[in-house]
Amino acid sequence: MKTYIAQRLAIALLTLVGMSIVIFALLRLAPGDIVDVLFSAAGYVNPGEKKAILQELGLDKPYWQQYMDWVRQILVGDLGKSYRYDLPAWQIIKPLVPVTVELAILSTIVAVVLGVPTGVVSAVRQDSALDYVLRVVSLAGLSMPSFWLGMVIILSLVSWLGWIPPLTYVRPTENLWLHTVQFMLPALAVGYRSSALIMRITRSAMLEVLREDYIRTARAKGQGTGAVVWRHALKNAVLPVVTVVGIEFAFLIGGLVVTETVFNLPGVARFLVEAILWRDYPVVQNLVMFIAIVVILSNLVVDLLYGVLDPRVRYA
Amino acid sequence: MAVRPIGAEIELTTPAAGIRRDSLGATLVRFVRKKPLGAAGGVLMVIMLLTGVLADVLQTHDPIATDAAATLARPGDEHRLGTDHLGRDIYSRIVHGARVSLIVGIGSTLLGSVLGGIIGLLSGYAGGKTDLVAQRLLDILQGLPLLVLALVMSASLGPSIQNVIIAISIPIVPRAARVIRASVLSIREMQYVEAARALGLRHLRIAFRHVLPNTMGPFIVLCTAQLGAAILVEAALSFLGLGVPEPYPSWGRMLSVSAAEYAQKAPHLVLFPGLAISLAVFGSNLFGDALRDTLDPRLRGA
Repeated sequence: MKTYIAQRLAIALLTLVGMSIVIFALLRLAPGDIVDVLFSAAGYVNPGEKKAILQELGLDKPYWQQYMDWVRQILVGDLGKSYRYDLPAWQIIKPLVPVTVELAILSTIVAVVLGVPTGVVSAVRQDSALDYVLRVVSLAGLSMPSFWLGMVIILSLVSWLGWIPPLTYVRPTENLWLHTVQFMLPALAVGYRSSALIMRITRSAMLEVLREDYIRTARAKGQGTGAVVWRHALKNAVLPVVTVVGIEFAFLIGGLVVTETVFNLPGVARFLVEAILWRDYPVVQNLVMFIAIVVILSNLVVDLLYGVLDPRVRYA
Repeated sequence: MAVRPIGAEIELTTPAAGIRRDSLGATLVRFVRKKPLGAAGGVLMVIMLLTGVLADVLQTHDPIATDAAATLARPGDEHRLGTDHLGRDIYSRIVHGARVSLIVGIGSTLLGSVLGGIIGLLSGYAGGKTDLVAQRLLDILQGLPLLVLALVMSASLGPSIQNVIIAISIPIVPRAARVIRASVLSIREMQYVEAARALGLRHLRIAFRHVLPNTMGPFIVLCTAQLGAAILVEAALSFLGLGVPEPYPSWGRMLSVSAAEYAQKAPHLVLFPGLAISLAVFGSNLFGDALRDTLDPRLRGA
C-alpha cells in the first residue's frame, strides 16, 4: 500500500513536470506579448520604453531561463507577479479559489443527486418507456452547452417570474440566501450535464450487477426489490460511478470557465479567460498549473478510494 | 500463366460463401427497427450535413449583411427567426453556422482521431518501454480539461478556422490513442497476427495492414462520440471570443456578449443558436450511442 502510494505520487509528479513544460511552451507560441496588448490602445510604443518593460518583466531572457525562473518560483510558493495588475499573482488568485471550489462542489452534488437515482431506476426498468425517457433526458443534458442552459435559466426566470438573479457576486456574509440561489443556478446548469455521464455509467454498472447470481439469491430469499436494488446491487455498482464522479469533478472546471462568465461570478475559471486574453503569462501559467494539480489529485484520491470502497481491491 | 503465390487460389475461390451478407438497405432497415433513437440521431446528422452543404441555397438573406432599419426584429415573415442587434438575419446565420460547425467539428475530430489513432496503434503494438513512455506523455495531455487546453491553444495560435481546428484536435489525441491502443492490445495477441509474424512480415506492415483494419469499429465509434464534443468546444471557444473569427457566422459567437446584452428584449437571439447547437450535438450523441451498441457492445455505457 505504501509503495503503491509512493509510486503513484512519483508518477503524478512526473506528469506535473511534463504539464508545466507543455503549458509554458504553449503560451510562448502566442504571437504578441503583454507589452503589445498593454500598448495597443496607445497605438505607438517607444522601442526603448518597450525594451525597458520587457526587461523589468524578465521577458528578454532566453526561454529556458524564463522556464527555470518559473519553476524556482513555484517551488518556493511564489506565484510571480501579474503583469496586468502589477500585483503578486497569488494575491489575485486567492480570493477566486473559494468561489470556484464552492461551485464545483455544488455542481458535483447536483450531478450525483440527479445522476445516480435516475441511473438506478433506468437500469431496473430497462427498455421500459421510463428508461427511454430518462436516457433521452440525460443525453439532452450532454448535448446542451452548459453556458447556453445557464442563459436560458436566467431568461426564463426573468420572463416568467419577473425576477432578475443578482448580476454581481453576493458574498455569503452579505446575504446567505441570495448567495445560495446565485450559486445554485450555475450549479444546476453544469451539474445537469455531468449528471448525464453519471446516470449513464450508473445504469450500465447496475445492469451488469443486476444479472449476478447473488442478486438472484437475494431475491429468492424473498428480500424486497428495494433492498435488493439499493442495498445489494448499488453497493457493487458504485466503483465505476466513483471513477466518473472523480473525473467529472476535475473536468467540471473546464465547464465552469464559460459558466462563470455567463453568471458573472468572480471565480478562477472566468479569470483564466481574462488572463489568457491579456497574455498575462504568470497568471495563466499558474492557473492552468493549479487546474492540472487539482485534476491529478482527484485522480489519485479516486484510486485510493477504491481500496476503501472495495476491500477486494489490492494495491500491488 | 503467371506464377501465383501459394494460397492465392484459396482466397479467390472462397469469397466468404458461408457468411450471409446483407445489402446496405437491409442493414439500414434493421438498424432503424432495433435502434429507433439512433436512427433519429442519424436523421438529425443528415439534416445538419445537408444544411451545411446547401447553406447558400437555404439562406433567405446575406448572413453577414447588416440592416440598421431592422435591428432586433422579432421572428416573422420577413425574417423567419428574427434579426440580431446589427439587423443580421438569424435564420441565414444559423444555416451558415451549420457549415462552420461541421467544418470545425469534423476537421478537428478527424485530425485528432487519426493522430491519436496512429499513436495508439504504434504504442499498443510496440508495447514495452515505448508504450509506457507514450502513455505517460498522453497522461500529460489528458490531465488538462479539454476546454482549458483548447482555450490556451487557440489563444496561442491566434484566431482562424485552421487554428481552432488544431486547438480542438489536440485534446482529442490522447482519448483516441487510449481507445485504439486498448483494442490493439487484444488484437496483437490473436493468432493471425502471430501467423503474419511467422511469415516474416515487417512490423509496420503488420500494424497498418493487419491490425489497423480491425480497430475500425472502435475508431468509428470514437469519431462519432468526439464529434459532438468538438462542436460543443467550438461553441464555447467562439462564445468566449477565442474561436472562429468574424465574419464567419458561428453558433457559439451568436450567443456571446452581444446576445446576452439584448437577450431580455429579444430572447430569440439566445434561443435559436443554442437550439441549433443542442440539436446537432444531440443527433451525433444519439447516433454515436446506437453505433457503439451495434459495433462494439463491450463499450456499452462507457
